[in-house]
Amino acid sequence: MKKDYSKLWTLFRSMFVLSACTFGGGFVIVSLMKKKFVEELKWLDEDEMLDVTAITQSAPGPLPVNASVIIGYRMAGVVGSLTAILGTILPPMIIISIISLFYEQFRTNPYIATALQVMRAGVAAVIFDVVINLAGNVLKTKRVLYISMMVLAFIATYFLDVSAMLVILTCLGIGFLDLAVTLYKKKKGEA
Amino acid sequence: MLLLKLFFSFIQIGLFSVGGGYAAIPLIQEQIVNIHGLMTLEEFSDLITVAEMTPGPISINSATFVGMRLAGIPGVLLCSIGCIIPSFCICLTLAHFYYKYRTVSGVQVVLGSLRPAVVALIASAGASILMLGLFQAELQEVVLGNIRLVELGIFVVALFILRKFKVSAISIILGSGVVGTVIYALTGAV
Repeated sequence: MKKDYSKLWTLFRSMFVLSACTFGGGFVIVSLMKKKFVEELKWLDEDEMLDVTAITQSAPGPLPVNASVIIGYRMAGVVGSLTAILGTILPPMIIISIISLFYEQFRTNPYIATALQVMRAGVAAVIFDVVINLAGNVLKTKRVLYISMMVLAFIATYFLDVSAMLVILTCLGIGFLDLAVTLYKKKKGEA
Repeated sequence: MLLLKLFFSFIQIGLFSVGGGYAAIPLIQEQIVNIHGLMTLEEFSDLITVAEMTPGPISINSATFVGMRLAGIPGVLLCSIGCIIPSFCICLTLAHFYYKYRTVSGVQVVLGSLRPAVVALIASAGASILMLGLFQAELQEVVLGNIRLVELGIFVVALFILRKFKVSAISIILGSGVVGTVIYALTGAV
């Protein structure tokens, strides 16, 4: 893995902007990171981004911070991690520090409330755009196992409120079974 | 001593909030309100409202809010650093092993089965936000007649623009906020 310090500034700036504009939870920022680092900058490939998301979700702590640590590490080692974290946590720190001084006015302002409500529609559009691409690639594998896992995992999390952690652990178990079957078939083929 | 107390409280919050986001709220409440009595329950619910209305992870937002109100800028720094130390150590270790072994074919098979799950998780988050945007309600409480047409229009147009043209996600999100607010303001609904 090569370290490239020339990318530190872009890394910091990207994380800063994404973090400053991400309303509504961890998976929103993952979608934005996918658009930024996979589609726009082409620093990571798509599978890598999905792996990073899975790791991020399984580790404790805020999802965007976890993702920054891993992506930063990928680009420039520990220095990259620290740079990416700084970019991610500075915007909320600055914004909340300022708002904490007059949060009563902020909380009750009708324009802010409306903007936040309509922004959800925009955020949803961004996530759906990313999901269309990702789901398309899962379909392209033409593996019944993967496609049914995707559908079942969606039903479990969205309709049945199963925790993300449980879904990931279950799929990890299926992955190990899949590996065992693959190895078994290979062995049989060789014999 | 207050600073140290805050610092260790947020290390625990960072360490035990698995699953991110809303999973952290009860932990923060326990540390800040129940154990240390640093805030009243009412102040705490204000904090959650503000944290939800602003960008960024909820635990960083809380760390900053609590730190600022109790100890100013040094408080902000200590709480936030405490909150991310566990993430940093754990994820750095995981990242190290991931990049060392990701090309091993066995690891690829196992990771391959995680990817469809991650796609589903992202889709599920998107569906929840869409429901909140269109109905201001969770899935269970959706009443079709209550659909908000402005948000529906913005969603459709935004998705169309994203699929057809190369636009940054940020400009779509901010743009939809501005356009929607202007429409509501012009129709006198704000």
